[in-house]
Amino acid sequence: MSQIPSQLVEQLPAVQLLLTLLAAPICSMFRNGDLSWRIATVASWASVACAFALLHQVWGGGSISYEMGGWPPPWGIEVVIDELTAIVLLLVTLFGALVMTALRKSLSSIMRHQRQSLYYTTFLLCMASLIGITITGDAFNVLVFLEISSLATYTLIARGRDRRALTAAFRYLIMGTIGATFILIAIGFMYMLTGTLNMADLSERLPEHYDNKVLHASFAFFTIGIALKVAMFPLHYWLPNAYTYSPKATTAFLAATATKVSLYVMIRFIFDVYGVEFAFGQMQLGTLLVPLSIAGILVASLTAVFQDDAKRLLAWSSVAQLGYMALGMALLNANGLTSAVTHMFNHAMMKAGLFLALATMIYRTQSSSLAALSGIGRTMPWTTGAFAILGIGLIGVPFTAGFVSKWYLVSGALDKDWLPVAILLIISSLMAIAYIGKMLDVMYFKPAPAEFADIKEGPKSMLIPCWIFALLTIYFGIDTRLTAGLAGRVASNLLGAS
Amino acid sequence: MIVGLFNYWIVIILMMAGLYIVMSSGHLVKKIIGLNVFQTSVFIFFISMGTVDGGTAPILKDGFTVFSNPLPHVLILTAIVVGVATTALGLAISVRVFEAYGTVEEDEITAIDRDNRKREISVSTVVTESAQKERDQ
Amino acid sequence: MLVATVFAIVKLDHLMTAVMLMGFFSLLSSCIFMILDAVDVAFTEAAVGAGASTIFILAALAIVGRTSKKKRREKTIVPLIIVTCTGAMLLYATLDMPYFGTPDAPVHTHVAPRYLLESGEEVGPPNIVTSVLASYRGYDTFGEAGVVFTAFIGVMILLGAGTRKSGLEREAPPNVKVESMRQKIVLREVADLLIAPVLVFALYVQWHGDFGPGGGFQAGVIFASAIILYALIYGIVPAQKILPPRKLAYFPGIGLLLYALVGVVAMFKGGNFLAYGALMADPHDGQHYGILAIELGIGITVAAVMINIFFSLSERSL
Repeated sequence: MSQIPSQLVEQLPAVQLLLTLLAAPICSMFRNGDLSWRIATVASWASVACAFALLHQVWGGGSISYEMGGWPPPWGIEVVIDELTAIVLLLVTLFGALVMTALRKSLSSIMRHQRQSLYYTTFLLCMASLIGITITGDAFNVLVFLEISSLATYTLIARGRDRRALTAAFRYLIMGTIGATFILIAIGFMYMLTGTLNMADLSERLPEHYDNKVLHASFAFFTIGIALKVAMFPLHYWLPNAYTYSPKATTAFLAATATKVSLYVMIRFIFDVYGVEFAFGQMQLGTLLVPLSIAGILVASLTAVFQDDAKRLLAWSSVAQLGYMALGMALLNANGLTSAVTHMFNHAMMKAGLFLALATMIYRTQSSSLAALSGIGRTMPWTTGAFAILGIGLIGVPFTAGFVSKWYLVSGALDKDWLPVAILLIISSLMAIAYIGKMLDVMYFKPAPAEFADIKEGPKSMLIPCWIFALLTIYFGIDTRLTAGLAGRVASNLLGAS
Repeated sequence: MIVGLFNYWIVIILMMAGLYIVMSSGHLVKKIIGLNVFQTSVFIFFISMGTVDGGTAPILKDGFTVFSNPLPHVLILTAIVVGVATTALGLAISVRVFEAYGTVEEDEITAIDRDNRKREISVSTVVTESAQKERDQ
Repeated sequence: MLVATVFAIVKLDHLMTAVMLMGFFSLLSSCIFMILDAVDVAFTEAAVGAGASTIFILAALAIVGRTSKKKRREKTIVPLIIVTCTGAMLLYATLDMPYFGTPDAPVHTHVAPRYLLESGEEVGPPNIVTSVLASYRGYDTFGEAGVVFTAFIGVMILLGAGTRKSGLEREAPPNVKVESMRQKIVLREVADLLIAPVLVFALYVQWHGDFGPGGGFQAGVIFASAIILYALIYGIVPAQKILPPRKLAYFPGIGLLLYALVGVVAMFKGGNFLAYGALMADPHDGQHYGILAIELGIGITVAAVMINIFFSLSERSL
């Protein structure tokens, strides 16, 4: 009997993926939306438990390797889980599960029951594929799961109420497919040089080709391809529309996970596969990335200030926040990388919470324009309260999660004696105060429009996840062992690997 | 050199033509055609990579010892299927676009959206035809 | 020839012809795959690229109209610059590439030899592509089945055959085209003759994938194309009478579950996910039956998905 638990532990990496991936086809077979919602919710929470178990196993710097199909790498496909993987897994599953819990109410008003079960299926598929991307140790396998997640995302976006959702989804489809094909070319080039697709194997075999033009081109194609997926400035232009028009709570999930996982892929490839020395030394990625990300932060923040639609405003803020992460990565020192990884987690949490709170408001008002949301602080105090806490977190006020990551980022810049960069970062925080403040101002101090004067507080199933997000934001602002502590170890690992 | 790389050069021309179609064409379906061409050319590149002079198809049989590399074949099999999946979804979206806008020309769609935005300054949400249709059913 | 075809597509505004040329392009590239010894890929490209994609695009065109308008000038310059840059980058890369066909390129010396030399022993099937696809990289293929399934769900959500009133339940509008097709006796006869052998051929491809080129994907597409042929000749309504979309919608999920089930059973038997060797006492038998089962799963998924997508696209134009 005692063998069974240990066997289960060994199989955890596969179980992690299968929970959500198998729940998807099962969900699709039910016409009853509520029933599929229950299955989907149970599966996603089980998946959270699994992610915690994995994190527990690798905590402190361990790593697990699992051979799919029982073939040793590089012949078979390997699944690798280390601390960085585990934290991203936790991000995807936990925030996915929270949004999933809130999703039922949010959907019930816009979709019929039969469609709903298909929608949950797509949601599960998206989650499963993000898990798949995160855990895999094989370059081509990344691409396969990336494609599932992209297709699922296009579908999720295209279901928005506004017809502009369709064009947004189509544009994203074209951009995404070009990006994926670029990555395919990059992987093809790497394979051509080394004859292998396994990431660990690649990182051993690539250094001898550092002067090879094929590898240079491979790196260029990879960077462009993945930057399209991450929506890194200036390749971000699909993102604002996609987030604005995608239906309700879905935005919360997409904003939290999709771009973060792409960023994770970027970190993995650049630091582990290509190697720091090659990427930043030889290819001068830093000189390209630093100015672009700073420009991205400033331009996107400024654009956010002038938006009059709450969803679009938050979408632009996402572009800016992605800039923080890219900058943290490009700083190439321990503090910078720590901030990138920490902010990946923290921003996912805060943005998911913000979009979810917004979705709860929209559930009542049916509109996301600031005009419709004015005065909502009085009619929906609890939702707005959660929104306010999350917003303050996003600005980076002390004792919230946002402060932690920004603090590391600024000290990373100071470590490099880049005073202007640090100052620009503080200016961008002021802009964040401007756009978050603008929303809070409208919500609390403007009179509510007559038609929304007596709307009720949001449904509990949406309100509770919102507050969980809000409380987590405060919690991770105070206790940073899970986020910054782990990120620090990851950072020194990534840098030490070079 | 010319002989050794000729194959790759042709592939590059094809790829770029495909990419050009995607970016220059305003018609959504034609964009998808371009995407298909682009992807197919990448496939040819992969397969070229796996070829060995004097090799044969990778099926074990007595009397053959030199085979072309099976791994690129497998990757491309996967990629082809992924490609058709994307095509199908892209078409589904463009059909919906057509139903919602009455056109699939990109600039016309942009123009319609711009007009709408001007009109909807006071009322912010426009319940679209398609959403309405959805509810009627 | 390929190049000529592509440039023709660039220039053409008439989409119908462009689609036909795209099919032709696919067919040509499948010939190239054949010459380059990639028989499996050639097979798939011919079935999927030239067959399925073309039919889908045609079905979509039937809805959205056939001509694309002359594009304005400024749109052509920017893409041209981007394309030239990308192309230049690729050309730059080719300078350091191992020449075409060299046997000692790294591609051939690192991972591949084990597949070539030992797959016969370790996995079994003489067709190495099948062994790699289904066993060594079975996890990839599982993901791929997932991609197809995702596309299916996406199309269902967006266009919704089965959940929408299908052709069966609606009153069929008088469709002139279908009627005139029906009167073409020759076409009908030929189709009648063809459909049965095509179905049988699909099954052959399904089970024969171990030995020759073929397997679940190809079989699924061929099977679907037989049904699509039927639908084209007799109209979509009779085709849906035979295969009601509501029921058909279950099959993609079933196929995917079958695939996963094989993997999960292996896990319970003490192996890793998708380690077919653990399925039976003799690892060889395990590999053999495991591969057969997952190929069947793929076949079911792909066939059902293709037919479903075709139905949903063509239903919209009714």
